[in-house]
Amino acid sequence: MIDYVVIPLVQIAILLVGVLTAVAYLVLLERKVQAWVQVRLGPMRVGPHGLLQPVADIVKLLVKEDITPARADKWIYTLAPIIVLVPALIVFAVIPFGQSVTLFGVSIPLYIADLNIGLLYIVAVASLGVYGTILGGWSSNSKYPLLASLRASAQLISYEVAVTMTLVSMILVAGSLSMVEIVEAQQAQGWWFVFLQPVAFFIYFVGGLAETNRAPFDLPEAEQELVGGFHTEYSGIRFALFFLAEYANMIVISAIATTIFWGGWLRPFPSVEFLAFLDWVPGWAWFIAKTMVFLYVFLWVRATLPRYRYDQLMRIGWKVLIPLAIANVIVTAAWKVLVAG
Amino acid sequence: MDNQRVTSSMFDTDELVINMGPQHPSTHGVLRVVLRLDGERVVDADVVIGYLHRGIEKLCENRDWTQIILLTDRMDYVAAATNNLGYCETVEKLMQLEVPRRAKYIRTALAELQRLASHLVWLGTHAMDIGAVTVFLYCLRERELILDLFEEYCGARLTYNSMRIGGLPGDLPPGWDRKAREICDLVDEKVVEYEQLLTQNRIWLERTRGVGVISAADAVAMGFCGPPLRASGVYRDVRVDEPYAAYEELQFDIPIGAAGDTYDRYLVRLEEIRQSTRIVRQALDGLPDGPVMGKVPRLIKPPAGETYHAIESPKGELGFFIVSDGKSLSPWRFRVRPPSFTNLQLLPKLVRGHLVADVVALIGTIDIVLGEVDR
Repeated sequence: MIDYVVIPLVQIAILLVGVLTAVAYLVLLERKVQAWVQVRLGPMRVGPHGLLQPVADIVKLLVKEDITPARADKWIYTLAPIIVLVPALIVFAVIPFGQSVTLFGVSIPLYIADLNIGLLYIVAVASLGVYGTILGGWSSNSKYPLLASLRASAQLISYEVAVTMTLVSMILVAGSLSMVEIVEAQQAQGWWFVFLQPVAFFIYFVGGLAETNRAPFDLPEAEQELVGGFHTEYSGIRFALFFLAEYANMIVISAIATTIFWGGWLRPFPSVEFLAFLDWVPGWAWFIAKTMVFLYVFLWVRATLPRYRYDQLMRIGWKVLIPLAIANVIVTAAWKVLVAG
Repeated sequence: MDNQRVTSSMFDTDELVINMGPQHPSTHGVLRVVLRLDGERVVDADVVIGYLHRGIEKLCENRDWTQIILLTDRMDYVAAATNNLGYCETVEKLMQLEVPRRAKYIRTALAELQRLASHLVWLGTHAMDIGAVTVFLYCLRERELILDLFEEYCGARLTYNSMRIGGLPGDLPPGWDRKAREICDLVDEKVVEYEQLLTQNRIWLERTRGVGVISAADAVAMGFCGPPLRASGVYRDVRVDEPYAAYEELQFDIPIGAAGDTYDRYLVRLEEIRQSTRIVRQALDGLPDGPVMGKVPRLIKPPAGETYHAIESPKGELGFFIVSDGKSLSPWRFRVRPPSFTNLQLLPKLVRGHLVADVVALIGTIDIVLGEVDR
């Protein structure tokens, strides 16, 4: 009873609170990092160094008037932000934050579920989010959101192909679809997989930038072109859901990159004996630190690069990343059969 | 909604008409562009102006000659000093006033500092339209220092009222020229920084190269002026062709582009920033002694007649056509030839066939200020 109901429920509650807090503070971090790059200070007023800014933002978004345009398709309009947010949150179920910890004599795993098809589950769930984007833009019954959601659907679908292809090559390397086993495979083989599959990691990360609508691929919400993108008409808490989903997706992409490519909770160089003293740092700390590095790269890229144009984006996706990803799968498979045998 | 109509036309293709502006983040004020789109491609564009019309020309015909300087500030509010210069020189030409050499040199330095400030705003907003937000803040950081210089000289930061008919309101404050030199050095240094972010950036190249190409013949035929004209390969700069202020006595180069695309317009303006710092340094080095105000009658009342005089404002050829009847205390007719206005008429031709994302890049590349377009 306790093992099957209470502990998972507590875990889910902690995870949800943790993720949502992380998302709120990621927004602050983004504003701060951008400000530092741009020789500004960023939020400074609410709390010391703006640390309470997320609280103020959330309160503001909650009490704002929630507007539905008169000619919007009300059901779909209401449903869209939920469709965007929920997949972004439930993906976290299979991400292992670390090995088990023992609390009060009970061994608690630092993940909610270790599905034997974990990676497949992630791919399947994550691709649901795009429906929310399309439906949100379409149901607003407004021209700019419609244009943006057309862009978004084309972009997300085409980049998902490339990203999934890289995951296929990672499955070949790890020999498992379970997220926990992928990390354990990295322990067993003595390498973080990024050193075995640098091309896959590159494609995955670029595709990840595109899938989360982040610069330089932030076309669906290019504010200089399309005003606010697909959520132009949204306000109040429904807008906040879109916003939360975007940042939650950033964390998801970073967490998956950490798990699959950068050894998850493993310390650097897991096979080198004399670095064993690094083991006193708990696994989940390594995991969070690695994820933070990727999140920082997300923010850094946004502050530095201009934006691609729609046709250029599609060209990169279909003519560069997808062929490269397929070639990578073929090479990996051939290596697996011929060399590793 | 008429459901019948929607069903029957479900599989038709239709052009989408969208209003870009007057409330849009990247139309640089209150420009309205009506776009007809085929998917993301622009079939046609219609530029609607007039949202910032304040009747400045008519207003000027009802103010006396010195009050008008103040109104010219409000046209191109990003480059108020060059507007002052254009107007004052036109009246001086009409009255055949002699301006002291020292005043001419200081005016040149002010005009070139103004060009720096204006080009920095242009670079920042243009880069931001294409998505490079950081460049915007870097550019405004340097512009801020130039505004400080102007504040020290004339007390204002945006609308300067910094020149007078026949000269200048005052001499340079002590230590001003040293600060101006320091800022020129700093800008030269920082331009390298902007270039590192943009010039060789693959994304920037893809977004600007071959976008909005205008041939030299078209550019001349449509009345392009200023940096966009020169980017198309036409050697035309009022500072060289019809020298005014102290430009005749100073050395500088006029950058010329070849392709006439957005990237060339970007390169031409960046080079102009470097040339401007060179001119400011020369003007301050060769600053002659003497008064800054010529012999001007107490009551300014130009003789009957008409004149046209143009200067090279940061945006292009800024001309003033003024008719005086010789009796009243205001101009009988006051007409401005604003560079932003003539450059803007090329926008529909530029954007046709490009994508929506290019529209904002192209509005940025012609460097318009709506205050000047509408007046």
